[in-house]
Amino acid sequence: MGILEVKDVGKRFGGLQALGDVNLSVKENTVHAIIGPNGAGKSTLLNCLVGKLIPDTGSVMFDGQSVLGRTPHEINQMGISRVFQTPEIFGDLTVMENMMIPCFAKRDGAFRMRAIEDMMREKDIVEKAEAMLEDMNMADKHHMHAASMSRGDKRRLEIGMCLAQEPRLLLLDEPTAGMARADTNNTIDLLKQISDERDITIAIIEHDMHVVFSLAQRITVLAQGTPLVEDDPENIKGHPKVREAYLGETAA
Amino acid sequence: MLGLTKKDLQLMLIVTGLTMLAPFILNPFPESSGMAQFNAGYPDLMQRFVIFGIFAIGFNLLFGLTGYLSFGHAAFLGVGSYGAIWMMKLVSLNVIPAIFMGVIVAGIFSVAVGYICLRRSGIYFSILTLAIAQMSYALAYSVLTPITGGETGLQIKSTDRPLLSNLAEGETGRANLFGMDMRQSFELSVGDWLFTFNVGYYIAAVVMLIAFYVSIRIFRSPFGLMLRAIKSNQTRMSYTGLNPRPHTLAAFVISGMYAGLAGGLLVAMDTQVGPERMFWTASGEVVLMTILGGVGTLIGPVLGAGVIKYMENILSKINKDVLHEWFAFMPDGLEDFIVFLVYPFIGKGWHLTLGILFMLVVIFLPGGLVEGGQRISKWIKNRRKAKDTGGSTEPAE
Repeated sequence: MGILEVKDVGKRFGGLQALGDVNLSVKENTVHAIIGPNGAGKSTLLNCLVGKLIPDTGSVMFDGQSVLGRTPHEINQMGISRVFQTPEIFGDLTVMENMMIPCFAKRDGAFRMRAIEDMMREKDIVEKAEAMLEDMNMADKHHMHAASMSRGDKRRLEIGMCLAQEPRLLLLDEPTAGMARADTNNTIDLLKQISDERDITIAIIEHDMHVVFSLAQRITVLAQGTPLVEDDPENIKGHPKVREAYLGETAA
Repeated sequence: MLGLTKKDLQLMLIVTGLTMLAPFILNPFPESSGMAQFNAGYPDLMQRFVIFGIFAIGFNLLFGLTGYLSFGHAAFLGVGSYGAIWMMKLVSLNVIPAIFMGVIVAGIFSVAVGYICLRRSGIYFSILTLAIAQMSYALAYSVLTPITGGETGLQIKSTDRPLLSNLAEGETGRANLFGMDMRQSFELSVGDWLFTFNVGYYIAAVVMLIAFYVSIRIFRSPFGLMLRAIKSNQTRMSYTGLNPRPHTLAAFVISGMYAGLAGGLLVAMDTQVGPERMFWTASGEVVLMTILGGVGTLIGPVLGAGVIKYMENILSKINKDVLHEWFAFMPDGLEDFIVFLVYPFIGKGWHLTLGILFMLVVIFLPGGLVEGGQRISKWIKNRRKAKDTGGSTEPAE
């Protein structure tokens, strides 16, 4: 049994069968990549995991509990954090405030009214946020407006915010999309470090084969809404079906 | 001190000083001078400054922090006023229970309204609140006449016999605080100046200081941080395990209670209510106050409320004769021409002046008057620095 079990999930948008009978099992403390050509249903699948979409059929179990019918914040509180394709951060707030919010969410839950306390005097939160910024190499950016940072920094902040919640499963949606090579390599190193140092399972959707093959321990190939193969990276590279559907002749 | 940072404490002390010394500050011109009509230091207007300041502070807690623009906030002010006046008519002429009643009634009403309206955001939320406020106005005006007094509104009458009062037969009750009449004033005349210290004003001012203090604490609290997070990015908020709905509802209710507090105070100062208090223009006014002063700033809404109420009461009183008096030193033809030019902006035309001021602020100072103040202080600081270094820091052309 994996920490995330997707069984026979199907999702239809009007006449389009976006997902049909997707089965997926993500093992604890591994890095699992989901790849596939454009329109394969990768993002739809991800949205079904985090409560943004509700699949028409099938089940999604996280750590033995169903996530279906729960709202995004409930699923997050179960231990699933998501990093978006374009970094979703609190642009109007400072980097430190950005980092404090997930710390509060972890400690106080989905809603707790603390309207009179001074947030900067919550020692445990401030210390945790500072440590997390240190880990992300952003200690010098404390008071910066999050929106004014570079894309790579925003991405790192977003990943840091997700980690501050100590999730058991981290979902990444094309984390290096639109990044320069150097930024991409930094992100790969960061994710490697995270998966080595923490008790965390990572599921990653990615276009960039360089990223996939440097990180993944297990790969699922999705095409036209159904999984073609699920296997180890070495076997995926040479798999004829995968070549045909996705990698094409150039990858040979 | 008081759990505030040094900067916030400074601000709090400045506001305290200004409100306590308002009778002096607002009366800078001698009584017999021609400028005396610009004096704003009379009780009625000073009370309005602080009461609408409270209203705007509360509105800013919702709009400034969460970004939800309520266009029906006057409904809570009105409901609070009705609650307060009934408390006075039936139970006690003391203002404290009346004000409490205003806050509670407005709070309950805002829970219901917020529950409905917060299902939508953006312009739909604004329209929903506007619709509910207009419905409340229409109800108060007609159907609910037995409770609201309809068109004529409610006053304390000589036939009202509150439970906890010992009025003589036929005596009309007056709002008081443990026997102190709200209208009681102490006048101090120094030379040609006349300063009025009014009981009602000082009570309202103390309440405003408390309201201001609470708003600073909310701004700096984890709850305030969450509200700013809602304004910034609701998607990230949900995917960080936080439920935006109860946060916005709580902000909405707090904001509604501030409006109820303002409504209760209005009744405490002047014991009458009419449905026009809930009309949509009243809701629009608080939006203007907040934007004019500076959305999301601590002091901005109070400034905005002061500016608008000052213009409403002072600018609107200037008439053609006064203008002619001012420009009498000019040759006749020129005098008439200048008066002709200025006239549309004064008296009933004060809205025009307000409109222009509002446009200028929104276009050139998106952060409101507070941003204007910040720019000026920065400019002064830079000049001083430039002087110290011999003016060598002038930017290159």
